[in-house]
Amino acid sequence: MPSLIDFRRRIRSVKNTQQITKAMKMVSAAKLRRAQERVIAARPYAARMREMLANLSQAAQSDERASESAWLAQREPKNIDLVLVTSDKGLAGAFNSNLIKASQRFIAEHPGAKISLTLVGRKGRDFYKRRNAEIVGEYVNILAKPTYADAAGVAKEIIRRYRAGETDAVYVINNDFKSVMTQTLSVMQLLPVNLEAPAGATAAPAATLDYIYEQSPLDMLEQLMPRYVEVAIFRSMLETGAAEHAARMTAMDSASSNAKDVIEALTLYMNRVRQAAITKEIIEVVSGAAAAG
Amino acid sequence: MADTLLFQLVSPERLLVETQVTEVQIPAREGYIGVLPGHAPLLSELKAGGVLTYRAADGVQKVVAVYGGFVEVLGDRVRVLADSAENREEIDVTAAQKALVQATQDMNNMQGGAADPAVAMDEAMRAQARVDAASAKV
Repeated sequence: MPSLIDFRRRIRSVKNTQQITKAMKMVSAAKLRRAQERVIAARPYAARMREMLANLSQAAQSDERASESAWLAQREPKNIDLVLVTSDKGLAGAFNSNLIKASQRFIAEHPGAKISLTLVGRKGRDFYKRRNAEIVGEYVNILAKPTYADAAGVAKEIIRRYRAGETDAVYVINNDFKSVMTQTLSVMQLLPVNLEAPAGATAAPAATLDYIYEQSPLDMLEQLMPRYVEVAIFRSMLETGAAEHAARMTAMDSASSNAKDVIEALTLYMNRVRQAAITKEIIEVVSGAAAAG
Repeated sequence: MADTLLFQLVSPERLLVETQVTEVQIPAREGYIGVLPGHAPLLSELKAGGVLTYRAADGVQKVVAVYGGFVEVLGDRVRVLADSAENREEIDVTAAQKALVQATQDMNNMQGGAADPAVAMDEAMRAQARVDAASAKV
């Protein structure tokens, strides 16, 4: 049977762990607030961009040079680029493993296509590094505080590949930040642009409007598309960053309460052992006295 | 017809301005566009670096430096999607002037092939826009 001192040691060790998990929870909560603000600040731009793009691509269809544009072409997806956005650090529950599983599922669902990976975040990078996968780009340590320039850097190679016809479709897998408790896994088709507007969007009625175009719609589309890709990647980075903090906060919260349960159980057991020892001693004293008397 | 427009200026990182205005001057790629209430629907690219001014509904004129992007005028609403933008109040004038001098030098030293012409040009335009915005009369 473990002695009292062993129990005390274990309880102290669990308490230390609990302190760390509690601290991590607080840190994540603070970081989450900032990340959340950034996500919310970035959302209007992405939404406006989408609406504008819907209008433009409609107008550009009527351009006689439309068929030459790489952006509007629908190619058979033989080569697919997959952008996987994961976090750089662990200790966030099933956050990264869900993302990686989703990416593996995606690969399994597209057996005919050659899939090239662009990996943002250390966890996804480490996972695919050890496997036989085609990696065209890897970006670590940029998720802590993603800037637009970082996103543009990631997008640059993707844009080049798509334009040059090296890839026929681009998908992004990331976690969207919904609330502190929930993150939703999102698998989004980035290119070719799928402009079936999400439910409730206002883009559809505006599409028939007759704009004055300062530049030809197609030329503007050529300018707008790279921006669109950058913004989409920027947004998925921000969303994942916020979702990561939310996931870590939840994970650390449950770790702290687990530690509390363990401490309680250990304390109870320790007290039983202590009482058993005392009882035993009393019995010894009493029986010793009885024998002497 | 409404006598004000809703003016929204967004950059990828944040929403800079959302207010009712009576007039907006936009640095489009092919020259400045003045937008008053009742303007026809319009889509245009922005200049790589320019100064945007707007007169808020309370008559106060404000200046923003914008670097590239797009503008959409639709109904009683003007939306500017800038690649990046800075309010006049946020611009560090001395830093901007320094950047302008540096960028101009880079452009002049281009013969040596030291700098990428497009990048240098871009930098110069940005710096110029910041200085212009900071020194614009309000």
